[in-house]
Formats: sequence, structure tokens, C-alpha cells
Amino acid sequence: MSKLSLITKGFIKENPTFVLVLGMCPTLATTSSAMNGLEMGLATLFVLVLSNMVISLISPLVPDKVHIPVYIVVIATFVTVLQFVMQAYTPSVYQTLGLFIPLIVVNCIVLGRAEAFANKNGVLDSALDGIGIGLGFTASLTVIGIVREILGSGSIFGWKFISGDGILAFVMAPGAFLALGYLMVLFNKLAKK
Amino acid sequence: MVLCLTAVCLICAAILGGVYALTYNPIQAANQKALESSIKVVLPQGGELSDALEAQSEGVSYQYYTLTEGDEVTAYAVKSTTIGFGGPLTLMVGVLADGTVYNTSVLSHSETPGLGAKCTTDEKFTSQWKGFSPDKSLKVTKDGGDVDAITASTITSRAYTLAVSNAVALVKSLASNE
Amino acid sequence: MEILLIIVSAIFVNNILLAQFLGICPFLGVSNKVSTATGMSGAVCFVITFATLVTYLINQYLLVPFGLEFLQTIAFILVIAALVQMVEIVLKKISPSLYSALGIFLPLITTNCAVLGVAITVVTKEFTFGGTAHMLNLGESLVYAFATALGYGLAMILFAGLREHLSLNSVPKAFKGLPIALITAGIMAMAFLGFSGIC
Repeated sequence: MSKLSLITKGFIKENPTFVLVLGMCPTLATTSSAMNGLEMGLATLFVLVLSNMVISLISPLVPDKVHIPVYIVVIATFVTVLQFVMQAYTPSVYQTLGLFIPLIVVNCIVLGRAEAFANKNGVLDSALDGIGIGLGFTASLTVIGIVREILGSGSIFGWKFISGDGILAFVMAPGAFLALGYLMVLFNKLAKK
Repeated sequence: MVLCLTAVCLICAAILGGVYALTYNPIQAANQKALESSIKVVLPQGGELSDALEAQSEGVSYQYYTLTEGDEVTAYAVKSTTIGFGGPLTLMVGVLADGTVYNTSVLSHSETPGLGAKCTTDEKFTSQWKGFSPDKSLKVTKDGGDVDAITASTITSRAYTLAVSNAVALVKSLASNE
Repeated sequence: MEILLIIVSAIFVNNILLAQFLGICPFLGVSNKVSTATGMSGAVCFVITFATLVTYLINQYLLVPFGLEFLQTIAFILVIAALVQMVEIVLKKISPSLYSALGIFLPLITTNCAVLGVAITVVTKEFTFGGTAHMLNLGESLVYAFATALGYGLAMILFAGLREHLSLNSVPKAFKGLPIALITAGIMAMAFLGFSGIC
């Protein structure tokens, strides 16, 4: 697989949200606006790239029986590092995303990539794979966020283009399921032909 | 096998300890900065700001800051928490010595996005607190007061109003004691 | 009274699946049949309550006294992983019938974010039951965890029932499978929204 396709595959072919259907919890919970979706995606990207790199480095040394716990510890370490860094430098983002930052630990995308890719490939490829899947995840989250923000509050990235309220349900819980459901239909129609 | 897992855990714990130590000061500074900027917003310019003080009012303890000009305390910034729709709602309320609200700012909340969360952004709601006179009644209009509630978010508006009202009551008791 | 509020709030108002979006992967993954959904809910119920008990104690008596709160995430996930393993082994020995009912779901639960989510929530979030903002004590945490798990089971089993019926209907091709399931979940979430504000 060429280096470029490692990065681009996350957008359509192996899109973590619409094709692999992984990491649904943050996808639904943090996409009430485009900005939140983007930030959550980038946070996951950060953990994904670093944990992929470290896991590809240490996987030859780890006995087979304990590889899952070891991967989880590595991932949890990076998640906690991310928590500290965000608390220190972007406290408001940390407050918005709240619980879903520590929950990156149990995001199946991260552990899934460690198992499916990073433990059999080199550091560079694993990093690129992390970037690719992470960017794909970020893109999907941002798109869902944009759709929900337009319908729910009549704005894009906080820039309001209609006055008054939107369809509030789209900002709240039901809208998350509905927006993702209909976007998946659209994705199936366009990409799986 | 066990050795490997233990080693990984120890290394990771050590790394985290290191990062924790490195980011401890920036995190404190960030929290401090957030607090200071909210105080700055709710108090008039000039004067000397005190350190955090504590006071009791009706069995609840409040953290507050005073602004002194010369020998006179001109304004107070009170951290006031009430219960909103989704959880605790914490405000910083600036009150002048005569009981006039100077301005308010939300420190933390867990209100519904698009509804109660508008207490941080809704211009009409937030701007009414600037110079809210002590003669006016600190209740939402639905309850017979003078506070215009956020559309469709009465509970949040009530909680917000109560937080301001508690802060004003505290300042009044503090000012009369001096 | 306060306990009742915690229970109603955790099951209906802040339903963990439909309002908080925790544990969605198994919600979508194993909700094709009511029987598997029931098995999964049982296993989750058991693990959430047990994990909350253990993580609460570890946090209170090990992490906080030594100033090690920064190890919270890593300690909790390890405890949950170990606990799930242990439950699996014990269950196999003591009650093989229960093991064969829940067994296949247990390994999946480690990465179910509902478990870690509840464990982190009870030790970090201030709750407002009974009119004041406060942290939950051990008893309340357990009640909260158990009620949350009941809410999980409720939503999961209802959803599985809907999906069983749905599979008998003809659904447009692009909607087949997950999309229609998500839209169904959206409508359920809307119904649960009706509970908001009651406590």
C-alpha cells in the first residue's frame, strides 16, 4: 500500500464512522456543533497517532498473552497526557468535551488500529495509518457537527446565518441519532454504488 | 509475562507522573487566569482586588473578592452556585457596594445546548444584568419579577436569577457589617 | 426520597444510552434479537455495579490519599479489565449456566464505555439530587450505577424488540441495517426526552 493511500483511505474506503462503524459514542455525543466535532476528532487523532507509533515499536517485545492489557495501558497513558495538556492550554475545550476525553481509552478505533495495523507494521506506516484514520474520523465528526449545527442552531462554526432558533431537537440527543442515520443513508447511496 | 505487564505499567505511571508535574503549573495558571478574567469582566475598572475571601450567608459559604479604592470597598465579586436544569450552575457576580449588579459571568454549567446553555451567549439575557438596579425585583417575569427569561428555558433562567439574588443578598449583609 | 430521585433520573431522564451516549457500540451491535440484548444487559448490569464499587474504593482509599488522581483513567481501565476477567473465571466455576448465558458478552464489556463512563462520572461529577450540589457517597454511587445499568437494559431491550419487528418489514435498500436502526434510536431518544425536567 502506498504511503499516500494510507492517509486517504480513512476518508472513504475505511471511514471509521460510516464504513467501519467504530467509536460511536463520541460521534453521537460531541457533534452538537461543528467546532465540537472537529475538536473531538483532533483529540482522537492525537491519541491514535502516538499510540499507533509506540505500539508498533513495542509490539515485538510484548508476549502474546498480555498484548491487549499492554496496549490499553499505552493508550490510557496518552489519553491522560492529552487530558493534562488540554487542561493546561485549552481549558474551555476540555470543559466542553468533558467525559469524552478520558473515554478515548475505550474508543474501539484506537484499540482496533493497534490490533489490526500497528502491531504488524513499522513506525512510519503506523503513524501514517493513525493520521489517515484519525483524519477520516475528524472529517466525519465535523460533517455530522456541521449538519446538526445548521439544522439545530442555524449557524456554521458559530457563524449565525439565520436569526432565531433552529430545530432544537438536532442539537439534543435525538438529533444525533437522526443526523448520523440519514448521513449514513447518503453515504451508502453515494459511496457504495 | 507478568513482568512485562508490570514493567509497562511502571513506565507508563512514571511518564504520567512526569507529565503531571510538568503540566501542574500551567493547569493552575490556566484555572487562575479563567477565574481572574471572569472577575475582571464583572467588576469596574481600577481599584485594588483582594485575595479570595470566605463568607457565610444562610448556612452556605461563598467565595468572594473585594475591590477597594482608597479605604472604601466599592464592589464585590461573588462566586455563586445554584442548581440549573442539567446540574450545578456557577456564576461570578459583580455587585457594587450599593447593591447594583455590575455584570455577571458564567464559570461553569451543564445546561442543555441550544436551550439553557444560551445563558452564556444570549445577548438579550446577559446584557440585562449590566447595572441591574437594586430597586428591581430579582425574579423572572413569570414569577412576578423584572428578569426577562431565556425563551423556553425558564428553569435555567430561574437558577441564574437565584444565583445573582443570593450574591446580592450576601453583598448587602457584608456591606451593612462594615 | 433522594435515592428515588437518583433512580428515576438515572433510568429515564439521563438514560445512559439515549441521553448520554455511553455504550453505544453494543447497543447497535448486539440488539438484533431480544434474547441477546437481554443477555448483554444482564452482563453490563453486573459489571457496571461491581466496577463502580471497586473503582470508587480504589479512588477513595488509594488514589486520593496519595495524591495520585492523575492515574485515574489508567487505573480504572485496568481494574475494569481485570474485573471482567475475574468475573468470567468465577462465573465459569460457580454457575456454568449463567456463564453460558453471559459468557460471550463479558470480553466485549471491557471496551464498553458505559462502564468506564459511570466509574469516572461518580468520582468526578457533582450531582444535584436533593437541592444541593454534592459528590455521591459510596451507597448513592452504587444505587446510581445500578439504576444506570437498569436504564441501559431498558433501552437496549426495547430497542431490540423494535429491531426484531423492523427486520420483518421491507426497508429501502440504502436504509437497511444500521441507518434505520439509528433513526429508530433517534425516535426513541425523542420519547425519552419527554422525561426531562421531572427531577
